[in-house]
Amino acid sequence: MPIGSPVHESLSTRCSSMFWKEWSGYHAVKSFDNCHEREYFAFRHAAGVIDVSPLFKYDVTGKDAGQFLSQIMVKDINKLKVGQVTYCCWCDEDGYVLDDGTVSRLEEDYYRVTAAEPFLAWFLKFKRNLQVEVSDVSTKYAALSIQGPNSRSILKEMTDIDMDNLRFFRVEKGTLATVDVWISRTGYTGDLGYEVWCLAENANQVYEDLFKIGAPWGIKACGLDALDVTRVEAGFIMNAVDYYSANQCLIDARKVTPYEIGLGWCVDLDRSFFVGQKALKKLKDHPRKVLIGLDIDWVELEKEFAKHDLPPEVCNQAWRDGKPLYNSMDEFIGFATSGTWSPALKKNLALAQVPPAYAKVGNKLKIELTVEYERRTITATVVKLPFFNPERKRKP
Amino acid sequence: MKHSKYDAIIIGGGHNGLVCAAYLAKAKKKVLVLERRHVLGGAAVTEEVFPGFKFSVCSYVVSLFRPHIIRDLNLPKHGMEIMPLDVSFSPYLDGRSLARWADGTRTRREISKFSAKDAEIYPEFGMSMAKMSRFVKEIIDNPAPNPTSFNPKELFNILKLGKYFKEFGGDFMHLHAQLLTMSAADFLDMWFESDELKSPMSVSGIIGTFLGVRSPGSAYVLLHHYMGEIDGAFRSWGLSKGGTGQISLACAGAAREFGADILTEASVAHVKIKKGRATGVVLENGDEYDAKVVVSNLDPKRTFMNMVGEDHLDSEFKQQINRYKLRGSSGKINLALDFLPEFSARPGQEHLRGDIAICPSTDYLEKAYDEAKYGAYSKRPYMNIVIPSLTDPSVAPPGKHVMSIFVQYAPYHLKEGPEAWPEKREEWADSVITCLEEFCPDIKKAIKHRQAITPWDLEKDFGLTEGNIFHGELSLEQLLFQRPAPGWSQYKTPIKDLWMCGSGTHPGGGLMGAPGHLSAHTMLETGAL
Repeated sequence: MPIGSPVHESLSTRCSSMFWKEWSGYHAVKSFDNCHEREYFAFRHAAGVIDVSPLFKYDVTGKDAGQFLSQIMVKDINKLKVGQVTYCCWCDEDGYVLDDGTVSRLEEDYYRVTAAEPFLAWFLKFKRNLQVEVSDVSTKYAALSIQGPNSRSILKEMTDIDMDNLRFFRVEKGTLATVDVWISRTGYTGDLGYEVWCLAENANQVYEDLFKIGAPWGIKACGLDALDVTRVEAGFIMNAVDYYSANQCLIDARKVTPYEIGLGWCVDLDRSFFVGQKALKKLKDHPRKVLIGLDIDWVELEKEFAKHDLPPEVCNQAWRDGKPLYNSMDEFIGFATSGTWSPALKKNLALAQVPPAYAKVGNKLKIELTVEYERRTITATVVKLPFFNPERKRKP
Repeated sequence: MKHSKYDAIIIGGGHNGLVCAAYLAKAKKKVLVLERRHVLGGAAVTEEVFPGFKFSVCSYVVSLFRPHIIRDLNLPKHGMEIMPLDVSFSPYLDGRSLARWADGTRTRREISKFSAKDAEIYPEFGMSMAKMSRFVKEIIDNPAPNPTSFNPKELFNILKLGKYFKEFGGDFMHLHAQLLTMSAADFLDMWFESDELKSPMSVSGIIGTFLGVRSPGSAYVLLHHYMGEIDGAFRSWGLSKGGTGQISLACAGAAREFGADILTEASVAHVKIKKGRATGVVLENGDEYDAKVVVSNLDPKRTFMNMVGEDHLDSEFKQQINRYKLRGSSGKINLALDFLPEFSARPGQEHLRGDIAICPSTDYLEKAYDEAKYGAYSKRPYMNIVIPSLTDPSVAPPGKHVMSIFVQYAPYHLKEGPEAWPEKREEWADSVITCLEEFCPDIKKAIKHRQAITPWDLEKDFGLTEGNIFHGELSLEQLLFQRPAPGWSQYKTPIKDLWMCGSGTHPGGGLMGAPGHLSAHTMLETGAL
């Protein structure tokens, strides 16, 4: 049975819909209203706050912390500067992805890793004789994500951290209201946004203060349904949705390499040892499939519905049940793993994996959808990821 | 100064002109748009009237904008974003109130406070309207077929429409006949018993027209407002992020990307006509531009009486244009608010994020019309209010708000004459605010700035003849193949190479872009360009 997150009290007073779901053993809000629509628009037009405390968090400290993490992560963490955050993944010995998350260098010898699944035991396997301590701080710290164009203005009023100079994928320590926090310019919406990390016992106060100060800026409590739409628009993959951690897979065919889920860019291959390096060198140039973005043809979909005398309908939430993809010969070539109607782009989008031969931008594939219970294939065009990439996301 | 020749010159940078320009430019035509004002958008315009406060100065909500235009022109790429309005709130003078939500069960509970029976019929009514809207959608997404023509294509189009109509079945046809002939109030009486529900529903039948809720013909307009469509979902209304001007700017962005030239502060004096053929335009500053075709985004009266000139029109056509009814009936008041005032009938703000209708009873609405019939503005008018800053904080400084009040009736033709409006402007606005105060007691305290726009201002500043927001009444005799004049519904005019693309053409007014698109489509398809 799930338990409440550190801000459960604040969440439950606001969650009038009673729409909850389980996230890593915690109660997480799906949507506060009976529909996530307004929360989605808060993310895109004002500011939304979402509790991301259920993430697994590990503190890695000690003289050799950087070297230690460089052996685990596909990215060379030694290169990470103090105050910098990076996104990457880690693999097993065979080069298959175990999980993806962020690594922040909080101090000279102090790093923090976030993960979707528990990995303490795996990390400890590589401690060997290095001077490093790894501790699971998942319950010690809470994390609140403030995303949207007004997020900076709100935080500016609350913290001594110089928000105007906190660049994209940077983290800084300071106080927020009266609470000690780290603020990182990171998030899962593909928009301007920040994540506030604080001791779990202070999280309710931070959450409430955000609403007090943020009210004039249109701040809104948001749930996972709204986040899911934004993350697909941003082209972000998700463990257990768009791929499966290698240690959860019974067959190799289900496992993926970083090159197969769009994470090839974060693999620093030519350097000293890291887990999976040897295998990845071989796998690099032979991905069985690659991550692509799809734009599902609306006019065709509309026509299929019109055959039943119906207006077009799309699921009003992001979907994550896989859908098969076919080539022009009607041969099965791959699958879409998640998708959404994008209210911002007015497009019907999906994330998918197909063999490289089909992955060229502009290529036309077919996706299987059901229209009035009947299976139909609709043209889906390969488009560049991310789908949604506003300038404000990275802008100083 | 003479300039190089264009394929098409579009007079007026309203949203339809810009949509038309974008489609023509997309078809590789050399296009020039000339806008008189310093800002694009016509009546779909956002202006920072007071520092920090951005207003959708005239047109303030969006629902009819055609989804295929959004797709074809990739308007989201150019900054168009629409956020749904999910509640309609109506306060009553006795302290009760009704909020109709996107959430059906919540709406049922709200309506059942007034009538349990109505609460159940309400979704049934919505279904009937949705079915009807789908027929209307066929009509608005295609040029109006001409029933007097023996052209096989026209006949085919009529047959197609007729077949579509027939497939809906007998009940539907009866319903359609009722909608075309009845008043909004009578039509709603057939369905509902509670006046508290009927009065806010009936106002959709009068918005922007010179009809009362008990005037025959108003039921059709009810439907016109019921067929809002966002993302394929009927019946939803939305706000444009950054104001409605953002939609126009997105259309302009698309047009420019396809290669169209757009000039602002380029006021056209008249259309150049040689041997009954439009050859270009002359600007107020004397500049001349030539083109294969000239397209007017202006209303029919302005197009033919001001831009073409009576001398170039035959007497019958001239008479038709003279008879074309504009007679604006509404004004707009835009407020910059220091704080968000509450409505005494229901404190809180959740229900204020949609539209707020001040129309406490059917009699109230009819009385408001009575005054207008005899050339006075309504002392206690119907008001349709939105507070976009609740959904889109970017339009006001933090914690402050913008309130847009659509006010009806404010007839263009005052008994003292329309030219009396400037003198009465502030007095009228005062009376509107005083009326609103009955429902929203703190409103006067909250007002930081006020902009009052009378029908006279709509005409003078925005070029809407007689202040008609739809470029002509949406009454049956001025719709379909009769808009703007019988025989001239397909964007052509009696002047060769002069075309129309504004709301005065089929399918009419509203922020939908359909006339602009259909006009471009017709020009390209008929080989005019």
